[in-house]
Amino acid sequence: MRDHRTSEFIKRHIGPSQAEQTKMLDSVGYKSMEQFIKDIVPSSILEDEQLDLRDSVSEQKALDILKGIASKNTVNKSYIGMGYYGTYTPNVVLRNILENPGWYTSYTPYQPEVAQGRLEMLLNFQQMITDLTNMDIANASLLDESTAAAEAVALCQRINKEDAKIVFVSENCNPQTIDVIRTRAEPFGLHVMVGTFDMLETIKDNILCGIISYPDTYGLVENIETHIKTIQSKKGKAIVVADLLSLTLLKAPGEMGADIVVGNSQRFGVPMGYGGPHAAFFAAKDEYKRAMPGRIIGVSVDRKGNQALRMALQTREQHIRREKATSNICTAQALLSIMAAAYGIYHGPDGIKHIAERANTFANMFASEVTPKYKLVSDTFFDTVCLDTGADTADILKRAYNYGVNLRKVNDERISVAFDETTELKDINNLLEIFGVEKKLEALDANTAKSIPDDLVRTSKFMEHEVFNQFHSETEMLRYLKRLEDKDIALNQSMIALGSCTMKLNAVAEMIPVTWPEFGGLHPFAPVDQAQGYQELFEDLKKMLSEITGFSGISLQPNAGAQGEYAGLMTIRKFHISNGDEDRNICIIPESAHGTNPASAQMAGMKVVVIDCDEEGNIDLEVLKKKAEEHSKNLAALMVTYPSTHGVFEESIVDICKIIHDHGGQVYMDGANLNALVGIAKPGEFGPDVCHMNLHKTFCIPHGGGGPGMGPIGVNKHLEPFLPNHSVITENSGPETGMGAVSAAPWGSASILPISWMYIRMMGPKGLREATEVAILNANYMSKKLEGHFKTLYKGTKGLVAHECIIDLRPIKAESGISEEDIAKRLIDYGFHAPTMSWPVAGTLMIEPTESESLNEIDKFCNALINIKKEVLMVQNKIFDEKDNPLKNAPHTHQELTGDVWEHKYTREQAAFPLKYLKENKFWAPVSRVDNVYGDRNLVCSCPSLDSYRDEVA
Amino acid sequence: MSEVKYSKKHEWVSIDGDVGTVGITKHATEQLGDIVFAEVPDAGKALTSGGEAAVVESVKAASDVYTPVTGEVVEGNAAIVAEPALINQDPEGKGWFFKIKITSPDELAALMSKADYDKFVEENPS
Repeated sequence: MRDHRTSEFIKRHIGPSQAEQTKMLDSVGYKSMEQFIKDIVPSSILEDEQLDLRDSVSEQKALDILKGIASKNTVNKSYIGMGYYGTYTPNVVLRNILENPGWYTSYTPYQPEVAQGRLEMLLNFQQMITDLTNMDIANASLLDESTAAAEAVALCQRINKEDAKIVFVSENCNPQTIDVIRTRAEPFGLHVMVGTFDMLETIKDNILCGIISYPDTYGLVENIETHIKTIQSKKGKAIVVADLLSLTLLKAPGEMGADIVVGNSQRFGVPMGYGGPHAAFFAAKDEYKRAMPGRIIGVSVDRKGNQALRMALQTREQHIRREKATSNICTAQALLSIMAAAYGIYHGPDGIKHIAERANTFANMFASEVTPKYKLVSDTFFDTVCLDTGADTADILKRAYNYGVNLRKVNDERISVAFDETTELKDINNLLEIFGVEKKLEALDANTAKSIPDDLVRTSKFMEHEVFNQFHSETEMLRYLKRLEDKDIALNQSMIALGSCTMKLNAVAEMIPVTWPEFGGLHPFAPVDQAQGYQELFEDLKKMLSEITGFSGISLQPNAGAQGEYAGLMTIRKFHISNGDEDRNICIIPESAHGTNPASAQMAGMKVVVIDCDEEGNIDLEVLKKKAEEHSKNLAALMVTYPSTHGVFEESIVDICKIIHDHGGQVYMDGANLNALVGIAKPGEFGPDVCHMNLHKTFCIPHGGGGPGMGPIGVNKHLEPFLPNHSVITENSGPETGMGAVSAAPWGSASILPISWMYIRMMGPKGLREATEVAILNANYMSKKLEGHFKTLYKGTKGLVAHECIIDLRPIKAESGISEEDIAKRLIDYGFHAPTMSWPVAGTLMIEPTESESLNEIDKFCNALINIKKEVLMVQNKIFDEKDNPLKNAPHTHQELTGDVWEHKYTREQAAFPLKYLKENKFWAPVSRVDNVYGDRNLVCSCPSLDSYRDEVA
Repeated sequence: MSEVKYSKKHEWVSIDGDVGTVGITKHATEQLGDIVFAEVPDAGKALTSGGEAAVVESVKAASDVYTPVTGEVVEGNAAIVAEPALINQDPEGKGWFFKIKITSPDELAALMSKADYDKFVEENPS
């Protein structure tokens, strides 16, 4: 008997059943899936062989296997610090955010009318950061502390008018941060000087910026005001890397004149997870706001004048400004900054301060007991005590090891010990034993010596906004989170057919391991022998990704797609330099590329040459040849997305790669559309030299409302020596000859890798191929079904598309005055999130259904679009008014629909229930169409008062 | 009445003696949509024709404004910085960007007349 359970997950993941697939194939004119795929995928790249992966296993079996792997991790009590600390995720936050698809499956809030909940939470995060740092403005998160510091350097470079090249970095910054700054500064030709503040004084030239750690990596707390002034006296900007929790007790960097403050918010309730994901923060003076990287949430109004939130100042970002963007960052860490904000809201300012005081008290208690024996390196500190342990160092570390405790070995004569929210009295007593002090403490003693100097005690208030002061009971918190969740469309509401974003199922079985303590509890710099489970997972995942993509070398370090692009281009840069080809710096990019491509190329020190596409949306081979010849001596790379961003398998991909190689260039493949290739073609074998894989698209890591993502890269043999490595953890983390670190942690956001591992294991080679086939079938079925109502802009040679299709709305606009935005917003009234709008072609929608959507849902979505087209025709035929119609006024809020006054030239019924299914399941838009212009002209990036929604209680 | 000349990058310059007032054309503002931000050069700044002089942003696009003539900036228009909507409302009047002391008047000959510019826009729709 065949055991169906082993393949059961495949049919849970893939929407249409076999019978439905047959029906759908029939509708596009095919009898067999095999022939259908053969007609779409160029024969030059189509694989006949099944992937050499293990067969699929059931959800239960996969979880069992992974549990076995996880159990090989040893979760020791960590006192390592260095930007990563023990913390408790409030259980109400764990269950209602981190484990709740309503939050983790939502998309980046580009459609603000269906994202008010997460926008509010991200705004809360910004408010919390501006308060704690005492800066003017903060963004909604960056990837990690180290890249945030590197982004701060880049900001300084953008606003620098003097051409200063020196970047001073205090040697007491976290080593991983120094590492990433070095990597990122190199292509810009910046000179990074790492040293003491005495050295800073001796620098005679003007500097670009100076970076200070507060407290520093060894725990020292000192008045940094003089250092800030010294940096600024040399015309440099002062960047402070701060510990968020410490700022509840310490004078804020903003009060000491800092220009930019960055750091990690991990210890606000997000597990260490062997390196991530966590949300970094970035705060700056108001004058730098237009040069800031990343997403910024701002307050605006909707069409009715009611308050509404949305992403502000988007013209800074790569999707608009491309190589001139402030940064290549796209996906950040939305879910994690939402969690950090929720932690702040749940605990409130007093609660957080108490957590900080407790850690500080434990540090003081430990310091006062241990000092008779060992000298403190500094007697001013927050939560980290650094000791001169001299000749005893090795013995202490050995004892700690036997106690199951990780200390930080600073050098052969020094150890530091970092305390946190999870520290208990028994831990202090354990530590005293480890350090050979014969004393047992009985109680928490706040009267121990004060380790924070008087002039650095925080006196200013923070987090005074009501949102941080009213949801402290679990009931209140639970309801606040639910209220916000209900304002948003996530995958638990309806399909989100975002082209190029692959919003597929994020199965619960894939998510479960993320919150296992064996994965969550590990510090990224714990000794590798304690992370054997993780190491096994990495090796296994790398092997599977290597088989899927055909690339021999994989690096898991890049923690977002754009980060992968950057790392991939850097391997190309280092490759050329190692061949003595320093002048190879031209990067050819098709006009239809993702905005991250040119932005990343610019960061990798390359000059972007844009080439146009032909009328079918393909790269014009003749143009490419000409450009490649023209730049033959300087050609570094071509960046190409495959299948193309126009949703087509370009027939000429093999020739394209050959042209570039013939001129000495390398081919970078953007893996955003990898979901159309898995199991049917291997990029490593058909031409590209390097490619990134968006694990948050193709391999099921959820989008989290705008992050986390993961962007590992695969490279061919000749690029392997240049992959990222890491200076703190050198074992297994990359080649010695590598480019340096691109992320703070050696394996990026390690704790979400189990998601992709689970997916691949539960699908097996057959399931993965079927997923790709059905993703392509679903897109073609939709294109066909919409035919006659909407024209699909680009198709392949046989009239078929890849895994997504672009429908052209420009003729509609020309004939009826109804714009792509009107249609996108009207979809909200039908309960749907709009597909990707006006990208890569203005005036279009790009639809990617993914394999996970059922025939039923796809039909429902198509019916919605077709009915909208009918409404468009009603406008065109003057049945609806040209201005006052359900499209121009979409989305309709419940307040508007139920108000006493209804003055529109169409009925409430027409507005709210244009199709029958809506009577049974209706999403109520919380705001009307958001006014972007108002928000950008009147920029407010802090929390507005809640007064307008308060009723007087009689 | 002062003479107004136009560039292919959609700037206009109105010449009054040796001082030119520079802004972006109505056509340019229509392409950009609602303008939300403008940055103008400081007085005293030396500019070379064709070089970046100012910045203009709508919610959907960001664009550099180039100077059609070489010279030294006399004044940047603080009013459009405070109220960018002025650029949409009156692009070739109150929405000017900067005044510049023209040092190479010869360059003016290479610019277009109003009629030529209108023709240019018609022939090169973007």
